[in-house]
Amino acid sequence: MKKDIILSGVGGQGILTIATILGTAALKRGMNLKQAEVHGMSQRGGDVQSHLRLSDEPIWSDLISLGGADMILSVEPMEALRYLPYLKSDGWIISNSTPFKNIPNYPDEEAVYAQIRKINNHVLLDADSIAKEIKASRSMNIVVLGAAISHLGFSAAEIEAAITEIFSRKGEAIVEANLKALQAGIAAGK
Amino acid sequence: MDAMMLLGDEALAQGALDAGISGFYAYPGTPSTEIMEYAQRVKQAEGIHRTWSSNEKTAVESAIGMSYAGKRTMAMMKHVGLNVAADPFMNSAFTGANGGLIITVADDPSMHSSQNEQDSRFYGKFAMIPVLEPANQQECYDMAFYGFELSEKYHVPVLLRLTTRLSHSRAGVIRRNPLPQNALKKPDDLFQFMLLPAIARKKYLHLIDLQNDFVAEAESSPFNSFQLQAKDHSRGIICTGLAYNYLNEVFQGSEIPYPVVKISQYPLPVKQLHALYDSCASLLILEEGMPLVEEQLKGLAFQGSKPIHGRLDGTIPRAGELNPNKVAVALGLPDTFGQEIPEIVTGRPPALCIGCPHSDSYLALNEAVKEYGRGHVFSDIGCYTLGFMPPYNAINSCVDMGASITMAKGAADSGLFPAIAVIGDSTFSHSGLTGLLDCIFDKSNVVIVILDNSTTGMTGGQDYTAAGKLESICEGLGVEKEHIRVFVPFKKNFDEMVAIYKEEIAYKGVSVVIPRRECVQILKRKHKLEA
Repeated sequence: MKKDIILSGVGGQGILTIATILGTAALKRGMNLKQAEVHGMSQRGGDVQSHLRLSDEPIWSDLISLGGADMILSVEPMEALRYLPYLKSDGWIISNSTPFKNIPNYPDEEAVYAQIRKINNHVLLDADSIAKEIKASRSMNIVVLGAAISHLGFSAAEIEAAITEIFSRKGEAIVEANLKALQAGIAAGK
Repeated sequence: MDAMMLLGDEALAQGALDAGISGFYAYPGTPSTEIMEYAQRVKQAEGIHRTWSSNEKTAVESAIGMSYAGKRTMAMMKHVGLNVAADPFMNSAFTGANGGLIITVADDPSMHSSQNEQDSRFYGKFAMIPVLEPANQQECYDMAFYGFELSEKYHVPVLLRLTTRLSHSRAGVIRRNPLPQNALKKPDDLFQFMLLPAIARKKYLHLIDLQNDFVAEAESSPFNSFQLQAKDHSRGIICTGLAYNYLNEVFQGSEIPYPVVKISQYPLPVKQLHALYDSCASLLILEEGMPLVEEQLKGLAFQGSKPIHGRLDGTIPRAGELNPNKVAVALGLPDTFGQEIPEIVTGRPPALCIGCPHSDSYLALNEAVKEYGRGHVFSDIGCYTLGFMPPYNAINSCVDMGASITMAKGAADSGLFPAIAVIGDSTFSHSGLTGLLDCIFDKSNVVIVILDNSTTGMTGGQDYTAAGKLESICEGLGVEKEHIRVFVPFKKNFDEMVAIYKEEIAYKGVSVVIPRRECVQILKRKHKLEA
């Protein structure tokens, strides 16, 4: 298996946590992994992205080629569109629909959704609302992850194990909230 | 041992720890910060020096001192930090090392978080010392061992160059058995670190003598590879550091039909490069950064007539970092592309955080200088540089660490009024004190605003050496006590803030204004820890 994933969002929205969870699950399978992150200035409310590469074969480049991504996994809808140059023609967009408006000229939301819906393989879900409904509002990112995993070839059990491992030191309540968010995301992604 | 998932920065730190380092010295700067942060986080580093230095110059000098005492040590910085440390760095090539000395510099091609994209390999060449440029996280780890050994073998400092995409990318790293630290041991030659001209002249000749050895080391380096025979000699390829990964990515693991030289240790491995040049009809040079290899090769081949392609002739774009697509195009292979970004997507530049104390400080400053028009505020390097963006449009310069104060001074010397400097508390600690002393010496008519958010904000919240001492430092340097003004930047204090700025603008001399309120990111983090 080989999956090249662009994770996108706005600084502080939690894309690196998604990368850590997917990375942990991939390592448990014995896959190779490279993950390029953005640190520094853009983390201050700017657009951020991470290139996550998982493969059974050795991985050379830390960056995904343009036109080479199997998936854009985005916690913000306009940010999903920013990385379209990376998406393969049969690639997936999995995106949260709740906009993050920290700029004065944010485009019309319906126009953003219309662009995402133009991509054959897309899942657009209101992860913020879903997370609030299940009283796990800080786990919006995990809801989006949940909607993505079947398209990445991971089982719920594999991702659950990774979430439990990563969040265990933060206490059982946080683990539970994130497991619930994952399930809600899986349901919403179907 | 199982592989550890580490950033390139972290892999280097772990390598240095396992190679018996006794002290890390650094000032934070993207993309180098995580080296020190890793050392500060792991239990293995307990008892090893791992606190921040005032700036890169003090960091390198401290590292030279630790090397003097026989211990293995590393100074770390971002590329522009090496400009600050250039004096001790260049001279350390003359003194040489006693204990292993690695100067690690993380470059930022494409300027993701920097004011330029200078290539530190040129500094290594300038200083005439060996340069290491890892291509992956495992090499970051291994080169810590190798760098210390090389440094101790020839008694020279070694420059280790990282770039953003390696510093901030994670991959699996296999560790080795840790080595003990070196014992304390003064230099055998007590003249070694004594750069009086008569001694320095000998030192220079010695350094020149070593150059052939350094070339020989590069020609046999385990980190350089020489695939000099291949199917197709119409083109030979030279890759440096990360470029080697992009080349292999483009060929997807299948055999590369051309001869390939990978360079991760400098000076250039001359013997193999001659062989490559002689056996190929043309050369393509792929380097992450400025055309260092390309310029040298064009020099070497001046008598020749074979084309050498790279950044200088536009085969690779002159500016910006490499990626697999640029490499594919340079090879004449098909490019790939997804879809254009829809027009409705707008830019989302970084911005001051909601609730940031700097935003209140800037809004009041704008009001206070309104009557003079724009163009009076010199700023510096940090989060507050984002005060350039709307809605603030508050500042007019950003050049280098500390330049706000001295540029304001120069402008005031020319008669510009008012001349205002805006500098962060950590930046002031790094490079503001000496500039302030210049202002006091000349009684310059400047207002220096030290934005005190009690942390090094832009790099993620590190502590700094002048914390908690700003007023006493300013007073000690000679600022009059009644012209050191402190306030809390909140919206509700707007009128008070404007009044204080105006009073100090009116004062004909050196004023220091200190808006003080903790960074909201640090505050959030503290609350999370308490919760």
